[in-house]
Amino acid sequence: MIAVVDYGVNNLKSVVRALEAGGHRATLTTDPEAVRTADRVLVPGVGNFGQGSRNLAETGLGEAVREAAGAGRPVMGICLGLQLLFETSEEAADARGLGLLPGKVCRFATALHVPHVGWARVDLTQAGRRHAMLGPLFGEAPRFFYHVHSYHPSELPADSVLATGEYGAVFPTLVGQATVIGAQFHPEKSQRAGIELLDAFARWHP
Amino acid sequence: MLARRIIPCLDVAGGRVVKGVHFETLRDAGDPVEQATRYDAEGADELVLLDISASPEERRTTLEMVGRVADSIFIPFTVGGGIRSVADAGAALRAGADKVSVNTAAVRDPSLVSRLAEHFGSQCVVAAVDVKRIDGRLAVVVNGGREETPLEAIAWMRELEALGAGEILLTSMDRDGTGSGYDLDLLRSAASAVGIPVIASGGAGNLGHLAEALEAGAHGVLAATIFHFRGSSLPEARAFLRERGYPVRP
Repeated sequence: MIAVVDYGVNNLKSVVRALEAGGHRATLTTDPEAVRTADRVLVPGVGNFGQGSRNLAETGLGEAVREAAGAGRPVMGICLGLQLLFETSEEAADARGLGLLPGKVCRFATALHVPHVGWARVDLTQAGRRHAMLGPLFGEAPRFFYHVHSYHPSELPADSVLATGEYGAVFPTLVGQATVIGAQFHPEKSQRAGIELLDAFARWHP
Repeated sequence: MLARRIIPCLDVAGGRVVKGVHFETLRDAGDPVEQATRYDAEGADELVLLDISASPEERRTTLEMVGRVADSIFIPFTVGGGIRSVADAGAALRAGADKVSVNTAAVRDPSLVSRLAEHFGSQCVVAAVDVKRIDGRLAVVVNGGREETPLEAIAWMRELEALGAGEILLTSMDRDGTGSGYDLDLLRSAASAVGIPVIASGGAGNLGHLAEALEAGAHGVLAATIFHFRGSSLPEARAFLRERGYPVRP
């Protein structure tokens, strides 16, 4: 069973539908115990880092996600859900995320229009090609995923950057360490490529 | 690198997909959920649903339909038609839309655009602009093209960007449904006037027209007639554009 963490932000139902489209069972839950005991955990989300981190703290869901990761179970973050796996973000200087990934979240420093919205080509890094979940998934054809964001992961060690996109400059868009992985884009809005990515997460045994 | 988008558009009235010429003489083009499902399966980059219902009775079913469409696709979904307030937009987003499109209501009260951008983020706000050439002027028209305004299209698009619109959906009413090609001069002027993406709409009659619009600076091409009635498929459109060097999804 995959627990999809419902911590009071938008964009949750479509994640469950995309997992189901790949033949997987997923449950939206507000119950920390269900997150602690799930086989794997997905943290979705759209919104503000400060609000998201408050919600995770107040509901006890953040601690439950941290415990699941600590117990070695696969945890995936999507968009804001990914950003909340870091400890800090430039979006809300005083807020604290879960600190499950090294690095931090920064705002796009580009003259281009922000937010970055659209289907961006995503290229695996060397670390990504070696990654058990991603390596087999990405073939030779370029993969595009739907991005909507003003902030992105930054200052990670090279082996935690699994794939990059480019918007004014190259930015990490798939990141991970051990049993934790995160996508800056929205797989649930990325059609077949996204459904396949979520399917790979549901089958991943790190 | 961002892919250029191919966006089928469902004009919906009374629970059915319809399509007209110059916004009139509507003909039936099927069930919205069936059409949406098919376009998603064929690889549409995004879907737009515009409620063009003439009456509140017809309109009543729309939110429920938005929910059913959203539940059957895995791509960004824009909903427009009849959105007049932050509350209307919120209802469409809760029903499953990713973005809302505003047109007439934004002309009547431009602050609606900035309020929507504040509430939901500019990535949620599509400003639809319908344009008709009148005596050499690029006039903004509203109310389904029935009403002319004193607004000049290029200046209005600049203002929409400043108000916080995330993208412009630019429809040439002169070309709508005609299949004679997009209004390329209008597109070129718009794309060079604003920094946000401009989606071309109105006039696509063949795949070559899609390429022309991208060449003129459009970030995406919206089309209804060629996909509903003229037998062009989305995979065909993608292959056509890819061969011509445009970055489109595989």
